[in-house]
Amino acid sequence: MFSLIGIVIVVVGFVLRINPLLVVTVAGLATGIAGGLGPLEVVAAFGKAFITSRYVAIVWLVLPVIGLLEHAGLKERARAVVARLHTATTSRVLLVYFAVRQITAAMGLTSLGGHPQMVRPLIAPMAEGAAENKYGELPQKTRHRIRAHAAAVDNIALFFGEDIFIAIGSILLIRGFLDQNGIRVEPTQLAIWAIPTAICALIIHCVRLVLLERSLRAELAVKSEDA
Amino acid sequence: MGLMMAGVSIVNARDRNNPRRFNNTAFWGIYAVTFLAGSYLPDLANGFLVIAMVLVASIRGLGQGKGESRTREEREESAQRWGNKLFIPALTIPAVTVLGTVLFKRISVNGAPLVDLKQVTVISLAIATIVALTVGMMMLKPSLAAPIREARRLLDAVGWAAVLPQMLAALGALFALAGVGNVVSGIAQKWIPLNHPFAVVTTYAIGMAVFTMIMGNAFAAFPVMTAGIGLPLIVQKFGGDPTIMAAIGMLSGFCGTLMTPMAANFNIVPTALLELPDENAVIKVQIPTALLLLGANILLMNILVFRH
Repeated sequence: MFSLIGIVIVVVGFVLRINPLLVVTVAGLATGIAGGLGPLEVVAAFGKAFITSRYVAIVWLVLPVIGLLEHAGLKERARAVVARLHTATTSRVLLVYFAVRQITAAMGLTSLGGHPQMVRPLIAPMAEGAAENKYGELPQKTRHRIRAHAAAVDNIALFFGEDIFIAIGSILLIRGFLDQNGIRVEPTQLAIWAIPTAICALIIHCVRLVLLERSLRAELAVKSEDA
Repeated sequence: MGLMMAGVSIVNARDRNNPRRFNNTAFWGIYAVTFLAGSYLPDLANGFLVIAMVLVASIRGLGQGKGESRTREEREESAQRWGNKLFIPALTIPAVTVLGTVLFKRISVNGAPLVDLKQVTVISLAIATIVALTVGMMMLKPSLAAPIREARRLLDAVGWAAVLPQMLAALGALFALAGVGNVVSGIAQKWIPLNHPFAVVTTYAIGMAVFTMIMGNAFAAFPVMTAGIGLPLIVQKFGGDPTIMAAIGMLSGFCGTLMTPMAANFNIVPTALLELPDENAVIKVQIPTALLLLGANILLMNILVFRH
């Protein structure tokens, strides 16, 4: 039972909005001690786990290029391109990205997106640009809302697309686990049964993006009439 | 990777506009050490380095140096000048990564794959960024220090959140070491009344989502929930189809991933990257879709899993 202390610390820490790095470290150390390790052993185990998880940080390698291109006006260019397409709206930009991201993920091309390399430099400025184009200068709050939606589209399309590809990590994990329990399943079957949920995700999120456009229109059209 | 962090650390030390520049220097400097020397240092030393980083970040906090190095007008003028060519290095990253993942899986030397299959994406991404950087440098011809200076600007905007995903992965490893999963599934089995197929399926799907929210990862939740509820009850007691159960069960877990700050690389890091003031902004946007989709999953599983 004591090993649950880590979960309690994490939940309390996040609710109280203490620095997450500190919360996670304390939770990790407490879990290790509750699990019967000595203090120095816990620190060593934590250090080892941190080092073996280094590959998670590889995505930051893209920052020098992205920064360099932003310096040269990449975001401004992305906005300008969208401004020239008169049919572009925020929801259409995000819908197209959603569809492309989900379909490519379903083909196993999960690395064709991501927040540092696609959303920040390209998708978010495009979605903002489309709104600016229609409604003029945007309030800061609206900008933030559009950006959050851009990030969400990347996540949702990825999660509910990738499982249709047969060699993705989650399918391999399911297969391996069921195999240990004496049940053989075919990866293609697992992939096929991920399709109904993928379709639901597409429908649900498309409707939400259309609603986002409506609420932007309601919010910003009123403002521009006032002015 | 380590060299980049070391560079960021040095640029930070020289940035007089940042009131907390030495904190930033220490934070990214130690992080650089874990990359450059981490494989050679004893585990204990690495552990203390990590703790030192956390203390620097949480007690005095990290500051932000000066922001954009050019005004918006200057950047717009530059954007005009370069036009759509600017997209070339940016799109090089996904293009080369995809190409790499496809090629590396095909190439083998003496029957053994050239690179570890688990690392294919990571290695391809690393190569892609180097190619894109080379293309960008040749095209724009900036000073040699420019990429690191710009990386410093972006990394400052992200701040400590950059290290959080790695920290959570380490926490997951400690959870596994202490056997947290088994304790949780034990509790789940004791508490839930499970006599009706609908109740069992619903519990399994919601359990996947909630447990994923706690652990931050559906992969950690799946074995626990499936061994505790899925296999003994849905499959053995009520004769459900294990393939359908597993496929939709995993996707129910992904609904949980959309709703938790524990999945930092998907939910917290982008708020920092996009410079949003509310670190839960992305989660808030995702919750309605996640809940609706979880409901859809429960219905789908109920309809499909017992269909024969």
